[in-house]
Amino acid sequence: MKFIGGFCLLLVYQLAGELVSTWFALAIPGPVIGMLLLLATLLTLGRAPDDVDAAAGALLTHLSLLFVPAGVGVMVHFALIGDEWLPIVAALVVSTALGLVLAALAMRLTIGLLGGRRSP
Amino acid sequence: METGLERIWVFLSASPLAGLTVTLVAYLVAWRIHARFGFNSLLHPVALAVVMLIILLGAAGIPYRDYFEGAQFIHFLLGPATVALAVPLYKQLGRIRRLALPVLAGLLAGVVGGIASAVGIAAMLGASRETILSLAPKSATAPVAMGVAERIGGLPSLTAVLVVTTGIIGAVAGPRLLRLVGIHDPAIAGIAMGATAHGIGTARAFQIDEEMGAFSALAMALSAFLIAFLLPWLLRLGGMFT
Repeated sequence: MKFIGGFCLLLVYQLAGELVSTWFALAIPGPVIGMLLLLATLLTLGRAPDDVDAAAGALLTHLSLLFVPAGVGVMVHFALIGDEWLPIVAALVVSTALGLVLAALAMRLTIGLLGGRRSP
Repeated sequence: METGLERIWVFLSASPLAGLTVTLVAYLVAWRIHARFGFNSLLHPVALAVVMLIILLGAAGIPYRDYFEGAQFIHFLLGPATVALAVPLYKQLGRIRRLALPVLAGLLAGVVGGIASAVGIAAMLGASRETILSLAPKSATAPVAMGVAERIGGLPSLTAVLVVTTGIIGAVAGPRLLRLVGIHDPAIAGIAMGATAHGIGTARAFQIDEEMGAFSALAMALSAFLIAFLLPWLLRLGGMFT
């Protein structure tokens, strides 16, 4: 029963998120708004209720299974990938490396700046 | 006269049961292979399962639309799973209290730099608008990236594959690259891995160091938010989205 209650709550938050997203014609997907609403609720409660925890755990343990059906959909786009493989591969490799390095260096720099301010 | 085999084929192609079952079986086999090779990121179960299913559908001549009739029941769970990400995010949030500002700076730099360079390079090398918009959200965790791609005019299924590929690149090259630029703090390395390589990078981070994994999980959830909120605005700024 815990799983059903928690799963139902996740669906209610997703529905609320979808309604907000549709009402305001946002470019942000409904489930992301649902996640924000649930986070706000958990922060207000000050704890994660057991049923939500159980349902979230069950879904997230096998999160990667959930995007297999969409991944198989790439077979519909083989022609597009064949035509544009170079920009796709170049963009993936360079932006992933750059994103990693920029995130790490920006964080280290900020720690240094804050630390510098604190020490005499 | 129809043979029994023909009747079975007609039944299987009309029923959603086949698409659903074959997806789960492919994932189980892929997971076994992934485990057998010591959870090597190069053999990620999603990549293996997708390849197996595409070969199977191609060999059997089954169109994707028919397969998806069954597989949609798994696909549907992406929505509630995205909402569920709030739970681990809530549990990990305490970790960054002291590091809130540096974490935010790292996430912003990684997310904005990653999006800008992906969109810029793809556009420069002549990619189509659809491809560019499918590439843009690829550092977010798959359910969020696919939702964003759909809203901005990309192809969600292309995004799904780009997300997994990004995760594999980040997981394989990330730790070495970070050491190369002199990052040894597991908190910093974790934030960089999660912000760029989402769940696949996080799994790799947990293999290296518990603290690096926890920070990576946190960065994955926070960067999903940042990408969902910032991307439409960034694309508008770059004239890619109105």
